[in-house]
Amino acid sequence: MLQTHGLSCLRDAQPLFEPVAFTLVPGQLLLIEGENGVGKTTLLRALLGLAPLNVDSLAFDGLPWPGCLSQIRRRARWLGHAAALKPELTVAENWRFWAALEEFPLANADVLVFGERLKLQGFEDARVGTLSAGQKKRAQLARLLFGAAKLWLLDEPFANLDRAGIALIEALVETFLQAGGAIIATSHGVLSFARPHSTLVLHPALQGAYDFE
Amino acid sequence: MNSAFIASFRRELTLRIRQPAAALYPAAFAVLVALLIGFAVGANSSALSLIAPAALFIAMLLAVFLALEQMFAGDVSDGTLDALVCADHAMLGVLYGKALGFWLSSCATLLLALPVLMVLLKLPADLAPLICLSLTLASLSLSFLGLAGAALTARLNAQEGAGAGGAMLLLLLILPQAVPVLIFALGAVQAAVVGESPKSALYFLASLSIIYVTLAPFAARLALRAS
Repeated sequence: MLQTHGLSCLRDAQPLFEPVAFTLVPGQLLLIEGENGVGKTTLLRALLGLAPLNVDSLAFDGLPWPGCLSQIRRRARWLGHAAALKPELTVAENWRFWAALEEFPLANADVLVFGERLKLQGFEDARVGTLSAGQKKRAQLARLLFGAAKLWLLDEPFANLDRAGIALIEALVETFLQAGGAIIATSHGVLSFARPHSTLVLHPALQGAYDFE
Repeated sequence: MNSAFIASFRRELTLRIRQPAAALYPAAFAVLVALLIGFAVGANSSALSLIAPAALFIAMLLAVFLALEQMFAGDVSDGTLDALVCADHAMLGVLYGKALGFWLSSCATLLLALPVLMVLLKLPADLAPLICLSLTLASLSLSFLGLAGAALTARLNAQEGAGAGGAMLLLLLILPQAVPVLIFALGAVQAAVVGESPKSALYFLASLSIIYVTLAPFAARLALRAS
């Protein structure tokens, strides 16, 4: 699904981490580890064209970078630290907006199904601003399930979640991988997935080792 | 794209209704500007009747610009903008819905303030329908123009240390573009004041609106993609 080598992210025209290479196949979970500030989040953002990317070669479904960017954006779902939920709107209103963008029908009954699936029963009509951090995270998960995604990019998926929440994510991940999806997730390495996965460790780039001028 | 437009339009209006205070600030601001001009010129002077239409439209224009900053406010810090950029296929619909929702809410509150403004500036009441029409068209242009400007400066506001630089830059970028809108919106009213037909100015104003409504969302999409 995704092959790349010589991939690095830039900050102020300096590479953040040593160039990495990886291949992602359907059904695979790739965990990106590394110390704070090494560029884990930036790597996920860069794959979506939200941060500068420096790459020798990258192919998504056989299409070369950067032509494949629109295809990646179309088929990938990104879950970052910011929830992309409006605090003034209710959970259901937020869901309906993101579902409409994917032309995903979300009737009232479907909202209840999502509420049950994400263990948010009874909170569908609560304003997001009144939810706890963990509940917000659960509400955010719904965005992964709208439309036909084949790649999930999860930034610290376990942050703010309790045991039940972690089990919930693991169940969602399992289902998605079984269905042929692929996942890239970041982690500080404290909490990790119980299921088998491959790991990619980022190492800070040596300063001055590269010259991009 | 259609469902994205409807969803975005509805969301924008819901957001405004949930924050009624923020929606009313621009109208209050316009009233204050008119009040200041009234005091500065002197209510009894004949000068006020000469500049009243101009003062009214400048107050309205500044109020719309004040509100523009809210267009993408919060969208950067809460991650909405990133998610939107990734939903590129639906972005145009979202932007159209956003600008139309913004126009409807800001124009509606300004029209609510219009009677107060007209009394403050001693404008004859029989001009009210024309001013309403002219203001509606002008604010439509300014909303879409502002969409493009706000898209360009959206991320500047969120950058640490930038302070209010983005808001200032937005004003500097958009104000010059608003000059033709101001000229024709005001031209229609002033033509009526001296007893001429306001039609030609209104036609120009309407065609400006069509241009901005058609093109601005595309410019805004480009700006958001590049930021």
